Amino acid sequence: MIESILAPSVFASAIRLATPYVFASVGEMFGQRSGVLNLGVDGIMLMGAFFSYYVALLTGNLLLALLAAVLVGALMGLAMAFISVTLKAEQGISGIGVYLFGLGMSELLFQKLVGTPRSVDGFPRVAIPILSDIQFLSLGEIFFNHNLLVYVAFALIPIAAFILNRTPFGLMIRAVGQHPEAADAMGVSVVRVRYITVIIGGILAGVAGASLSTALLKVFQQNLTSGLGFIAVALVYFGRWRPFGVLAGALLFSFVNALQLQISALGIDVPSEFAVMAPYVITIIALVFASKQTEKPTALTKPFDRGG
Amino acid sequence: MSKRIRLVVLVMFALSALALLPAAQAQDDVFRVAAVAPSATNDLAFSQSMFDALTLIDEEMGDAFEFTFQEGTFIVDDAAVALREWAASGEYDLVIAHGSQYGAIIEELAPEFPDVSFAWGTDVNTFGLDNVYAYTAASDQGGYINGYVAAMLSESGNIGVVGPIEVGDAKLYVDGFKTGAVAANADVAVNVTYIQSFSDVPLATEAANAFVANGADILTGSAQMVVGPIAVANENGLKWFGTQSSQAELSEEAGVLFQVYRWDVVLMDIIAKIGEGTLGGESYVLTLENGGLEMVLSEAVAAEDAEQIQEWVDMLSEGIIAGETMTLPEAEA
Amino acid sequence: MVSTTTRAFLDRLFNAVPLLIAVIAALVVASFLLAALNADIATAYGAMFQGAFGTVNATAETLVKAIPILFVAIGICVAFRGNVVNIGGEGQMIFGALAGVAVTLWIGESLGVLVVPLALIAGFVAGGFFGGLAGYLKAFFNVNEILSTIMLNQVAVQIMNYLLNGPLLDPAVAGSNNIPKTARIAEIAELPRLVFGLPGMSEPLFDRTRLHYGFVIAVVLAIVIYILLWRTAIGYRIRAVGYNERASRYAGIKVGRQMVLAMFLAGGCAGLAGVVQILGLQYRLQTDGSPAGFTGGAGFNGIVAALFGGLNPFGAIPASIFFGGLLVGAQNMQRAVGIPAALVTTINGLIVVFVVSSQIFTQVRNRRRAKLPSQPERVEARATTAETPS
Repeated sequence: MIESILAPSVFASAIRLATPYVFASVGEMFGQRSGVLNLGVDGIMLMGAFFSYYVALLTGNLLLALLAAVLVGALMGLAMAFISVTLKAEQGISGIGVYLFGLGMSELLFQKLVGTPRSVDGFPRVAIPILSDIQFLSLGEIFFNHNLLVYVAFALIPIAAFILNRTPFGLMIRAVGQHPEAADAMGVSVVRVRYITVIIGGILAGVAGASLSTALLKVFQQNLTSGLGFIAVALVYFGRWRPFGVLAGALLFSFVNALQLQISALGIDVPSEFAVMAPYVITIIALVFASKQTEKPTALTKPFDRGG
Repeated sequence: MSKRIRLVVLVMFALSALALLPAAQAQDDVFRVAAVAPSATNDLAFSQSMFDALTLIDEEMGDAFEFTFQEGTFIVDDAAVALREWAASGEYDLVIAHGSQYGAIIEELAPEFPDVSFAWGTDVNTFGLDNVYAYTAASDQGGYINGYVAAMLSESGNIGVVGPIEVGDAKLYVDGFKTGAVAANADVAVNVTYIQSFSDVPLATEAANAFVANGADILTGSAQMVVGPIAVANENGLKWFGTQSSQAELSEEAGVLFQVYRWDVVLMDIIAKIGEGTLGGESYVLTLENGGLEMVLSEAVAAEDAEQIQEWVDMLSEGIIAGETMTLPEAEA
Repeated sequence: MVSTTTRAFLDRLFNAVPLLIAVIAALVVASFLLAALNADIATAYGAMFQGAFGTVNATAETLVKAIPILFVAIGICVAFRGNVVNIGGEGQMIFGALAGVAVTLWIGESLGVLVVPLALIAGFVAGGFFGGLAGYLKAFFNVNEILSTIMLNQVAVQIMNYLLNGPLLDPAVAGSNNIPKTARIAEIAELPRLVFGLPGMSEPLFDRTRLHYGFVIAVVLAIVIYILLWRTAIGYRIRAVGYNERASRYAGIKVGRQMVLAMFLAGGCAGLAGVVQILGLQYRLQTDGSPAGFTGGAGFNGIVAALFGGLNPFGAIPASIFFGGLLVGAQNMQRAVGIPAALVTTINGLIVVFVVSSQIFTQVRNRRRAKLPSQPERVEARATTAETPS
């Protein structure tokens, strides 16, 4: 029984489910590390999801599709940065505005340009030679038999950690989020750093959307993300602003989700309300036990005012 | 007071009373319908089935019919505002609340506007009001046929069902599907995942993937989030059985059989009744017998299979219409 | 010399100018979208205004829409003043509604009109408990409240789905495959419709509309919370923690307790929003599986309204009415010119973005005027520049 519940396919499913969270959460983490909370991730994801889907539908070119998601994500990130860094708008609200805009706009464009859901030839599954044949603990099946964007998402984690902890730019990001005045005094442009991080966040949110519409689901529909972007924001807090922490959160949440789906796929009778609730409850409980002092970016949500 | 003045006053009263009557109604020969639905008109599911029906009637009746449609009204209170507005305007011959979550609104609203005809579904309850029509679908009938055919076609003997919430026509469909599958082959395993949402495509997709991983070779499901499972079926070479609207276009490779709701059958009858002055009090059920449920075969099915499937569909429909086949487990029927 | 009150009033008035310009700018941008969809712009915006404030009934619907937003917004004022970010309004509303409807159905007609206050209390306590839980996890287990409230929203929905399809299911529809819903509440538990006569008017105002006494309750709550925050020691401590956590700790304030309390009060207000929706409007609780089907998104809109209102319960009143008008008017526009629902959502997003961006202009004006404020005033000034405590 336990063996069939914990089948390798469940772990593979968890990896797939975690992919959009990893993209979106890592992007959001960069913004928050520099002091900008972007609650509009879900809206940017939806725009990225639609544009990559649409371009894939029109051209059949997946690289162009991904590029479309990157571009629209960057544009939405730029808009968010302008609103919250230059205009110093209250970040909680501006994020909700960006979310509503993305939610409505993606659906509107979908209705007018596509009309009815059609499937698209998205990123195919790519089994990595040799590695995908590993039989030991079915590791090959679990980790090395996915679509391209899944690999990209997981490769992103060490890269993000490296940038953040080992490069001058990473140091600037942390400084701007922790002590903007000091960073400013050292000659770091707080505004520029925040623009860059928020745009990175936008790009990754756009790619997260593309990973749904052109890789995992291969279809678009109104509100495709179903609030996934908000969970992604929550996972940044779970990961305490560290790439590997974010990864742990995304994997835990997705694993419990995959597990509850597996349990009903096997026909085991559990009230579905409680099954669906499980990932949310367990994520909170896990954090209770993992609790230690957080090092939150002290300038998070605070606009920077030189001498103000 | 002279008689003449009294007469003038009387006439004025009569005129003003006339003005108070629902204005535009019966002023011309155009039959006007206003409808509210919870999701988008292109959802390939519940809301689209009603939009398609109204569009069909519009094409048939031409200038004698007009309709307005407010989509995406999943917030129940927003629907209440729209329905009240339409009822109060007096411009509509029929006001439709397409969603079982709107029932409570109709129950409160209809008595306030006894001259307006309301229709709502899916449900059978007219609340004892004579200006309310109720409509629902016996989706267990098409579910039974889908389940039977699916079990006959399944090679692995494992079928996965992705459902929204365990209520309404979705539950009826799923229960009918299970009954039909077991009738065809008592050994077939039909497993159901209710994902507790009508719209969560990512979760529905992964639920479908879980079925695939556990050996299912046929998938089915209800509600607008099935676009995800359909894509999974397409990609993994599974067969797909649908309900509510035809999803043939999306499931170009996987699609087999679709149960399509033909609300126009009910609506045409309601329109005729209203024309005769009956504003409600009746409840309708779409069935195979009255043509409200239609089984549509996908073009993806190979010609020789299509013949066999059509034979099953005809045989089962006959049995269901004749009342010989029970489409639900006994406890429910 | 202008008196200080007049000057304060003029100040508020000037602060409203950038807001108005922002709304107009958002509508100008949105008109390009309308034009792209071949909708007549004048008709569309005319319908929007008509639908929000054009008739007595429209105004009533706007106020009806504003009621839950206002309740949540009042709670948000407490939470944000106490430096806790409450994104759990949706879940807290649901919990309040669940408790309220359970108590109402359980009491039935046995206690007469007493059922109303008891249901309200039940809703407040249940919502408060659900909010307080997030506060407790933050204060004592270091679980960030943004994370827990986002997650708890989903938990609340699933608990509602379970209860409405099980223990709380209307016995009349049990087994009939109906949408999960409770029985209808007794008539005695309904909040009466709000109708009042005005001197010089032949007919009473808001006659035959859906406006109910929930609006009065919300305004009373705004007064109570205002007094609590600025005239009592409890409120002082909450604000002190919000203003400077470390200093408050040195001053001997039990910081964790204030956080739990702030979240309890915020959740309680949202819980009231939930129960008032039942007693005043819907008369039963039902679910389509999503939170917004019941809450109408008030748990989120309340945050926006609270911040637009300067985190002041009194400011939240016009802000909520503005939002209610926007939402109701946009629906009317959708009906009048037949645009997709998605455009309405887009326009809402644009308005929120433009309005929040315009706050910088009020801030600049206020800062230019502000001299060194004394300690308590600084808390005020900080909040009126709409800066969230982090």
